[in-house]
Amino acid sequence: MNVWIAIGLTVVGCYAVKLAGLLVPAGALERPLVRRLSALLPVALLAALTAQQTFSTGHELVLDARAAGLAAAAVALLLRAPFLVVVGAAVVVTAGVRALGG
Amino acid sequence: MVIREAPVHDGGPTPGRPRAAVVRDALGVGVAVGLSGFAFGVTAAGAGISVLQACVLSLLVFTGASQFALVGALAAGGNPFTAAAGAFFLGTRNAFYGLRLSQLLALPRAVRPFAAHWVIDETTAVSLAQPDRKAARLGFTVTGLSLYVLWNLTTLLGALGAEAIGDTSAWGLDAAGPAVFLALLAPMLKTSTERAVAGLALVLGLGFLPVLPSGVPVLIAALAAPAVLWMKGRRS
Repeated sequence: MNVWIAIGLTVVGCYAVKLAGLLVPAGALERPLVRRLSALLPVALLAALTAQQTFSTGHELVLDARAAGLAAAAVALLLRAPFLVVVGAAVVVTAGVRALGG
Repeated sequence: MVIREAPVHDGGPTPGRPRAAVVRDALGVGVAVGLSGFAFGVTAAGAGISVLQACVLSLLVFTGASQFALVGALAAGGNPFTAAAGAFFLGTRNAFYGLRLSQLLALPRAVRPFAAHWVIDETTAVSLAQPDRKAARLGFTVTGLSLYVLWNLTTLLGALGAEAIGDTSAWGLDAAGPAVFLALLAPMLKTSTERAVAGLALVLGLGFLPVLPSGVPVLIAALAAPAVLWMKGRRS
């Protein structure tokens, strides 16, 4: 039951914020500050999410095989590899380092 | 990399990008990320979430980071309200994506409640990478549709196949999520302002992670954007 409560709240909350973004009046975007801010917010959020999902487990900061995987993805990005190759490089290198005991 | 900086259109009579190029880019992202629903299905099953619950999450929440956060929090024994709050906080970034998309796509009011469900990292990145509105709308639709169908299909398969695959970490599947985020972030880092925001957000996101509830450090990291703009304003 608890799981269904959590799912229900998440469904409603996540949809509400998605819709709110689309329904904000266009006039709000004509101010340069709002425009700059809304362009920079995804940068901040994606950077934080990348770092957290690479260097943490729960509430602990950790350095494990995922860091090597992310480094491989970064190299693939610098080489302008296609999206699937970037993600594949991260998965394969992470699995490889773990297999080697890293 | 699919999501490249869009070539600047010179304003001549030639139309924007050919439809085939937009569709190819959109499918590239949609298929790659859509397939990672497999990792979600497996993770959900590993967290003690039923197959039905995993599928309902993918069908109705449809924003990966929030879904991963929710099942992670439930697996850790968090109560349903804190678990949902973490997922919600992670999902708030979609409001800011919507803010940009509403201007770019200029959707009719009646379409917005339906389009809203597809306002996520990937559809935003593909849409923003297009040089004009027509290409952006096509990119949004193709990315949204391919990702939605595949994400839900692979969630089901992942949840069903979780026992067969065993330890998902051994397969490196936990690195897929951050790699996707990095691939979305990279083309956005055009100037020193974006790099400063990313750097500060990284420090804030990791720095507050050990001490604050799940989902909150990400929101604090979002403050890197106004903070960097404010510092730049003071300097000039």
